[in-house]
Amino acid sequence: MSRKVNLRIWRGDAKEGKLEDVSVEANEGEVVLDVIHRVQGTQMPDLAVRWNCKAGKCGSCSVEINGKPRLACMTRMNTFADDETITVTPLRAFPVIRDLVADVSFNYRKAMEVPSFAPPEDLKPGEYRMAQVDVERSQEFRKCIECFLCQDTCHVIRDHEENKRSFAGPRFFIRIAELDMHPLDRLRNRKQKAQEEHGLGMCNITKCCTEVCPEHIQITDNAIIPMKERVVDVKYDPIQWLGSRIRKREGIS
Amino acid sequence: MAIGVFSATRATIEQRTLRTDRWWLQPLITVAVLVLFIIYATFRALENEYYFAGPLLSPFYSPCLSTICIEGAAHFGAPIGSVTIFGLLISPALFILLFPLGFRLTCYYYRKAYYRSFWMSPPACAVAEPHSKYTGETRAPLILQNGHRWFFYAGLVLNVILTYDAIIAFKNPEGEWGHMSVGTLVLWLNATMLWLYSASCHTCRHTIGGRLRNFSKHPIRYKMWSWVSVLNHRHPTFAWISLFVVAFTDFYVRLVASGSINNLYFF
Amino acid sequence: MNNDIKFSRYNFDVVVIGAGGAGLRAAVEARQAGLRVAIICKSLFGKAHTVMAEGGAAAAMGNVNDNDGWEVHFRDTMRGGKFLNNWRMAELHAKESPDRIWELETWGALFDRTKDGRISQRNFGGHEYPRLAHVGDRTGLELIRTMQQKIVAMQQADAKEHGDAEKYLKVFAELTVTEILKDGEKVSGCYGYWRESGDEVLFEAPAVVLATGGIGKSFKITSNSWEGTGDGHALALRAGSALVDMEFVQFHPTGMVWPPSVRGILVTESVRGDGGVLTNSEGKRFMFNYIPEVFKDKYAENEAEADRWYEDQNNNRRPPELLPRDEVARAINSEVKAGRGSPRGGVYLDVSKRLPADEIKRRLPSMWHQFKELADVDITEQPMEVGPTCHYVMGGVKVDPDTAAAYEVPGLFAAGEVAGGMHGSNRLGGNSLSDLLVFGRRAGVGAAEYVRKHSSIRPSVSDKEIARAHNHLNEPFTRNGSENPYALHDELQNVTQDLVGIIRNERELSTALVRLDSIRNRAAQVKASGGRAFNPGFHLALDLENMLLVSESIARSALARKESRGGHTRDDFPKMDPNWRHTNHLSKWSGSQIEVEADKSEMLPSELIEVFEMDELKKYYTEAELAKDGN
Repeated sequence: MSRKVNLRIWRGDAKEGKLEDVSVEANEGEVVLDVIHRVQGTQMPDLAVRWNCKAGKCGSCSVEINGKPRLACMTRMNTFADDETITVTPLRAFPVIRDLVADVSFNYRKAMEVPSFAPPEDLKPGEYRMAQVDVERSQEFRKCIECFLCQDTCHVIRDHEENKRSFAGPRFFIRIAELDMHPLDRLRNRKQKAQEEHGLGMCNITKCCTEVCPEHIQITDNAIIPMKERVVDVKYDPIQWLGSRIRKREGIS
Repeated sequence: MAIGVFSATRATIEQRTLRTDRWWLQPLITVAVLVLFIIYATFRALENEYYFAGPLLSPFYSPCLSTICIEGAAHFGAPIGSVTIFGLLISPALFILLFPLGFRLTCYYYRKAYYRSFWMSPPACAVAEPHSKYTGETRAPLILQNGHRWFFYAGLVLNVILTYDAIIAFKNPEGEWGHMSVGTLVLWLNATMLWLYSASCHTCRHTIGGRLRNFSKHPIRYKMWSWVSVLNHRHPTFAWISLFVVAFTDFYVRLVASGSINNLYFF
Repeated sequence: MNNDIKFSRYNFDVVVIGAGGAGLRAAVEARQAGLRVAIICKSLFGKAHTVMAEGGAAAAMGNVNDNDGWEVHFRDTMRGGKFLNNWRMAELHAKESPDRIWELETWGALFDRTKDGRISQRNFGGHEYPRLAHVGDRTGLELIRTMQQKIVAMQQADAKEHGDAEKYLKVFAELTVTEILKDGEKVSGCYGYWRESGDEVLFEAPAVVLATGGIGKSFKITSNSWEGTGDGHALALRAGSALVDMEFVQFHPTGMVWPPSVRGILVTESVRGDGGVLTNSEGKRFMFNYIPEVFKDKYAENEAEADRWYEDQNNNRRPPELLPRDEVARAINSEVKAGRGSPRGGVYLDVSKRLPADEIKRRLPSMWHQFKELADVDITEQPMEVGPTCHYVMGGVKVDPDTAAAYEVPGLFAAGEVAGGMHGSNRLGGNSLSDLLVFGRRAGVGAAEYVRKHSSIRPSVSDKEIARAHNHLNEPFTRNGSENPYALHDELQNVTQDLVGIIRNERELSTALVRLDSIRNRAAQVKASGGRAFNPGFHLALDLENMLLVSESIARSALARKESRGGHTRDDFPKMDPNWRHTNHLSKWSGSQIEVEADKSEMLPSELIEVFEMDELKKYYTEAELAKDGN
């Protein structure tokens, strides 16, 4: 059942590097990460690759396979033709560390910039009451495994290094949406901040984040566009704005 | 200058993409189809003829609000009168087409489609875009995309009018009720698809319930939001179908109005 | 001075090794006590193995059935562990779990809800009432993310107040600790390296919390991620502490066996709950042959009766597929050993003939996807191939129940899977996530109190200690040997899998020890090729030593325990023996090998004895023990 497959693996570091061809056995039912491990075990013992659970649940083994951002543990070898050369490179939106390992620290810096959940002051632990329908939207976003494939594919930062300063990226737009839709979150300026500080307006909703999400989170339709609409409510819609002032509602809920 | 994926810190790879599939096909098709539509729509809007074959009125010319409208086509009078610029009479279609055009231009789905295919920003996922600067929808003119909801409201008004046109289509050419022709079906199809396109719109989803924080306190709006969410999933499909159907409806009316075919009456 | 040794130096009050549920919870607590805390994770922040937990976190909140309470939870836990549990840990766990779950909500966790808006709770094996707080089948991810975000929230607050987000709480991602440093008896810090660069790091700290999780990677077939190399177990051993009850390893009966890439990944128990049946290569439902005497009256004798149970549970007995995990795992193992397994070494689990296709997709969505995406198997049409998979180690660092302080090493603490005692000989599903929270917090409190109590004299790290740690860390580069770490790891996994696995006997365990010894000798010859920067061969060479220590502890403890109980099955001593109930095994490291000594466990105090019926206690305790207590 085993066959020889041809891989082209990017090897190198921040200074230099190149695609190296390697031929390796692949067995029935294997995924790209298995084959990379075999290369590691038999031919390149110091081949750097980041991985953890190997079950699509931790989001560590993010790489680009034939140019597409993918999880190496969830990309089956039988999705390629027998004679196809499979190219594996590190994520190309982030600085490379070594071989297939990219420096994803950008994402952890951005996580620091999103204001955290602000719990209600009048409720003690155990007193929270939330209806299932009210938590479901946020629950979808909390499925995120932080593989950062959405961040990697997003052209706003992938193609424009200088935007990294002012753009949080799809992963953090779903985080902001999660909190803005949280039934008990107290913070009411998330919409304004999303537009003014996290660069929501930079997104041109070309949906690549949704396309690559291994958790199939509807990032664009369920988080980014609803947030854009909420931003319009508070910033670009005089009627809504006036209405909210007059009725002194607690923000736009 | 080394930018984007060719920046100094990134893995040194020559190609702007290593994708091996036909990623260029989708944007190519989008460009082709949209260009064809624009050419046809421009021609028809400027043609200023063959848009009314009682009771059928082309959606490109509905509502017809000008004094130069073909007799019987101006269902709502002629508040605009007639406008001439540099001696040219402006086709009544131009006043109306602005609204659906604006609705579609600012539509969240079409934005994706044309940003990718016309602007190549990006042409496809993980394919480097050819621009050195990018500011997205943060400044003029693209910041106007935030006005989508105004066009959505206008679109609703147009949908009502086009539905009125479809109701009128139960008349015969003599103006008597209780008849039905192929044209009736075409106009109803047109109105239905436009309603579906509007109802599945992201702004509609937001307005009807998406903006609420607590669904549990608004069970009816939650129900409606759930339905719209199902439709919203098919928004791209409705966007394309309604575009084809609108063009086809106009084309059908043109064929009838120009006498190329007869509008077959069932009864 | 160590002028020739290059390392960066950090100084903290508490260093938490491990950023899974227990580690993060400990860090939160220690920071809230006003201390400066380092969190060290071997992988990226938020990737720890906790994310793989599916079912839920057990806590007797009584949201679904208000008969539930801590006494019932305590009773279930002791029963599940066959009374070998440290009763005080089981008591604290049962009492404090609800508070730990509720506080997660205040940090932003979004559990599934009941109709009246409270946290929903689900049924699980061994729990008398619906008890598991959950979020679909990704509860572990919710826990990790919630605490990760709590850490971020605390850092944001520090940034606001002190101008530096990392002043009190700093996360060191992709850093491996290789040595606990000591000043005399006491902990003085730890030493390790950045995985990214290979650069060495010294942490000076009076308190170190081990929260490194499990040991699954010592076994060939496991549901654990690569991080489960028993680092904390080994660090504790080498620091002079002891591991308790290492013979108890939980094998989940149904892991995937094919394709190879996902071998070991869990197939949820609900498949069997929803009608899935186990068959061998002859097409026979073999579980009817494996109903143990004590369960005879509770399980169906034939297929007809078992099938009727799904329709009418009051008048029929349960199908034997729903026996406890250890029983099912042993049965599958026996079938495969007898040559009646599937071609890929498992048995068949078939739900396709039991339920209509859309019903399967509705009830088991993640299973349907898992098999569809990874195995090209449509479980609505085909059977799954499953086999036991190493899932959890009940044994671990011996700790003080109240403070999580590790045995005999002042300043060392342990919580979560790396700590032992809480689960006895067998862990109930759902008790792991709550364990992490309860004892993670207690370790944080314990460490903080320890630091405060000893604040006058801070231990110091000597140059000699640094040199020791440095030399050990660099062995894979300085050796002259030519052994391949990947090949040795493979061999180690084969030995544990085949000889220290689910069914054990004296002959095989003795053979295992001989082979482990030879692997250790060869591991001393492992040479890492390539540079220091992100070099997996180098990393594995160091992890290998830990896995060897753990494997030897398991094998020696297993050899010493001449009975079968929970996660330890001897085919030469197949019965549970009350005379072994009071014996715990302590593994210690002599410097050249693991030594196992017996330790007497405490009897339940009388107020906890009252939770049980005397008839039940008689199954577990000797008459002498029960008489002494005055009952």
